[in-house]
Amino acid sequence: MHEYDVIVVGAGGAGLRAAIAAQEAGADVAMVTKLHPVRSHTGAAEGGINAALRDGDDWEMHAYDTMKGSDYLADAPAVEALTQESPEEVIQLEHWGMAFSRDDDGRVSQRPFGGLSFPRTTYAGAETGHHLLHTLYEQVVKRGIEVFDEWYVLNLATTDEDDPDERSCHGVVAYETATGNVEAFRARDGVILATGGLGQVYDHTTNAVANTGDGVAMAYRAGVPVEDMEMIQFHPTTLPSTGVLISEGVRGEGGILYNDDGERFMFEHGYANNDGELASRDVVSRAELTEVNEGRGIEDEYVHLDMRHLGEERIVDRLENILHLAEDFEGVDGLEEPMPVKPGQHYAMGGIETDEFGGTCIDGLYAVGECACASVHGANRLGGNALPELIVFGKRAGRHVAGEDLGEPQVTAGRTPNAETASVDTPVSLGEPWGGEGDAVADGGAAADTATAVVERALDRERERVERLRDRDEGAQHADIRAAVQRTMTENVNVFREEDALKEALVDIHAARERYRDVYVADPSSTYNTELIQTIETRNLLDIAEMITVGALARDEFRGAHWRKEHQERKDDEWLKHTMVSWSDGSPELWYKPAVLEGEAKTYEPKERSY
Amino acid sequence: MSTQRPEPETETESAETEAEADAETPSERREAAKRRRAERRERERVEEEERAAADAERYHLKVFRYDPEVEGKQEPRFDDFHVPYEQGMTVLDALIYARDEFDVSLTFRHSCRQAICGSDALFVNGRQRLGCQTQLSDLDQPVRIEPLPHQEVVKDLVVDMEHFYDQMESVEPYFQTTDRPEEELEEQRQTRENREKIKTSTRCIWCGACMSSCNIAAGDNEYLGPAAINKAYRFAMDEREGEEMKQRRLEIVEQEHGVWRCQTQFSCTEVCPKDIPLTEHIQELKREAVKSNLKFW
Ligand SMILES: Cc1cc2nc3c(=O)[nH]c(=O)nc-3n(C[C@H](O)[C@H](O)[C@H](O)COP(=O)(O)OP(=O)(O)OC[C@H]3O[C@@H](n4cnc5c(N)ncnc54)[C@H](O)[C@@H]3O)c2cc1C
Ligand code: SF4
Ligand code: FES
Repeated sequence: MHEYDVIVVGAGGAGLRAAIAAQEAGADVAMVTKLHPVRSHTGAAEGGINAALRDGDDWEMHAYDTMKGSDYLADAPAVEALTQESPEEVIQLEHWGMAFSRDDDGRVSQRPFGGLSFPRTTYAGAETGHHLLHTLYEQVVKRGIEVFDEWYVLNLATTDEDDPDERSCHGVVAYETATGNVEAFRARDGVILATGGLGQVYDHTTNAVANTGDGVAMAYRAGVPVEDMEMIQFHPTTLPSTGVLISEGVRGEGGILYNDDGERFMFEHGYANNDGELASRDVVSRAELTEVNEGRGIEDEYVHLDMRHLGEERIVDRLENILHLAEDFEGVDGLEEPMPVKPGQHYAMGGIETDEFGGTCIDGLYAVGECACASVHGANRLGGNALPELIVFGKRAGRHVAGEDLGEPQVTAGRTPNAETASVDTPVSLGEPWGGEGDAVADGGAAADTATAVVERALDRERERVERLRDRDEGAQHADIRAAVQRTMTENVNVFREEDALKEALVDIHAARERYRDVYVADPSSTYNTELIQTIETRNLLDIAEMITVGALARDEFRGAHWRKEHQERKDDEWLKHTMVSWSDGSPELWYKPAVLEGEAKTYEPKERSY
Repeated sequence: MSTQRPEPETETESAETEAEADAETPSERREAAKRRRAERRERERVEEEERAAADAERYHLKVFRYDPEVEGKQEPRFDDFHVPYEQGMTVLDALIYARDEFDVSLTFRHSCRQAICGSDALFVNGRQRLGCQTQLSDLDQPVRIEPLPHQEVVKDLVVDMEHFYDQMESVEPYFQTTDRPEEELEEQRQTRENREKIKTSTRCIWCGACMSSCNIAAGDNEYLGPAAINKAYRFAMDEREGEEMKQRRLEIVEQEHGVWRCQTQFSCTEVCPKDIPLTEHIQELKREAVKSNLKFW
């Protein structure tokens, strides 16, 4: 059994930053990650990282923009932490050598981004995430932090008290891809989940193939509530054939959207009379799809994003990477032609419920980055706000887990007396047929045992699960199940949502669960068995898809990214609250907790979002 | 070091079935049964393949296969796959199709699908390329797909990257400076020109293509290799690190298995998917090293 003070699961921006902070606070840290750190999807981030660095800007404006962008579903204390600490964190990256783009005076450059009242998006060309990821990894190398790369974490080792708030997490169980060994990692102080996005529940996504929501699903089945999962961000400019992202930086620099009639529809059809292309992502995504649905799309599928007028020099200076992406993945020369774009799944605003220090309701279990929901994005994330989230909350969680006293959190994790129970009318029994017996991943270890015993028991159980998958002779294959889930999510739980379609998605997910009971792994090898890993990922995608859909069905209003055909208004009286899903005896239980709109100095009053 | 690779001329033959009569323990029997099933699937796959091959709209791939653990695959071989072609399809798309539709055990690394994670560098039609960045339509058929040469093959298209990572990490690949601005919230200044100078060097995605293409690296296991030297260049040329650190970095690349081993063959520069002028960077470091030596002598 490997033993450390802190185990960080995942080595993208969030995990790396957390590991550095925990180590600096004196902890003995190991990172366990299914990809080598530099392969993490943070490397794909393009546009930039928001921080109020300049005269004329301040954290309060950044906080205000973020609350407004969130459609008042973010929690103010977390947003204020984000906006107060991101300048220091961005400068810290610069001190670690990150190659930001520069102004003439040698300072880091900033550009405008959608939904921001000040051009505060700091960037490194159109490859900000690549630079950020490598800079952080360099610091991890420098500090000699141990990295177990290509180790797939299968499950958490958590005690099984009836009340999740009383459970503790003592480590994780992981599968070494190269050899097929299943081994335990005990964490004396705590485990930080930083497993990133879950875009693979959709078939058109900007996310990497590895973004399968593993951390969210593991935490969920260990009993942690999962928050606001219906809030899925669709990015308005992805390449139609692959889902590869064309950064918002293009519109930030002045790129223009046109329909098939050559109209600049953001203005001409009144979608955003002030901000046009720079309205926030939900607004632009809906505008594009409306154009397509009303017959003004190009080839009935997409619209054009034109940057030619920016001139070669500016494009090459600030958006060079975009030229490569358009050329490699769509065969389009962005200097000569407009680029085809359409909305695609991009980001999960929801995730594992945490407080402002990354803590969950389970003792010793933390979550940071895209898999977590400290609730800074609410119903719509502003571009450039995810990268600061990684480093600000990564740092906070790292320090907290290593024992630094950071004070009392204002956002509480776990059920509180003002939690509201709820139910929703679904066409199938949720979570079934699965859960309870035979679902080895559903519950934790033994409550009364020592920490080591809990970890050992979790280890035995995971070994058994892996054996079972490999022993089975025939049955269903994960690739078919995965494809079915991705298809129904893209058809039915997309930018536009209707009750019947959401219900249909639940029926399809249920059917996929049914088939998953018979899933088997055909590849007999224990060497680099990617089929086995994908099969386990697919199990996670099933839970994620269900959480998203149930939450979307229950929320009968229109807020941020969540559009409902039958409910075309934001219902502030009823819905200024977070959707919570908890795993209860093998199926999801729905409940709500109020959004916290009260910040340090002021309360953010819901206002209409016009751009 | 690297696994012997056969010429891809022969079509796949299913492996001979082993007699399992003498299998004794339950686990041996299980293993044996598992092998039998794998062989049956293999036969079905070949049949399916033959049907697919008749279809003209399909692309013909010849894919390297090897698995130290699975009997039929211990001897390296090439398998044929015929995948239906769609406009814009990349080598990675074709591999994913082949895996999901024909043979779930086909193994390769990939993640981002957009040329940034660096995990799917492969040897395609005799050249190092990223699978996700290479259009099928740019390639002659049959498309021959192999793991990166000069690297130990773990399974199918997956190679052991440890040595590459070790070399990358041996050049102190992290920013070091003693000269920090006084104000905590003040960044270090860097001129636009200086950023421009290091820009291409910072693009490296650690794919290993350059190292795999380099004859010197193939013959000298200790040679730092183009990617690691480029990483050293990235820091040595960054004005924020200061002169003293630059000297130290030059010493690192000047070591016995450093820049002087490079024979300017340009193969690394030719294959780098991020268009990094590697050979040029190596040459420039050589020049800098000479210059700085002159200063001291
Ligand atoms: C194309 C694209 C462009 C973007 N551009 C921007 C931008 O310009 N600005 C901005 O602010 N945000 C941007 N975002 C959002 C932002 O980049 C992501 O939210 C963020 O990078 C996620 O970081 P992370 O550390 O949480 O996860 P990741 O970087 O995805 O890392 C996840 C880590 O978890 C590991 N992992 C996952 N599952 C397991 C498991 N079971 N066992 C072990 N390890 C596991 C992986 O190996 C990986 O190391 C963009 C996102 C995308 C997809
Ligand atoms: S220098 Fe180029 S070829 Fe070499 S590892 Fe980096 S990206 Fe790959
Ligand atoms: S899949 Fe990431 S570089 Fe090709």
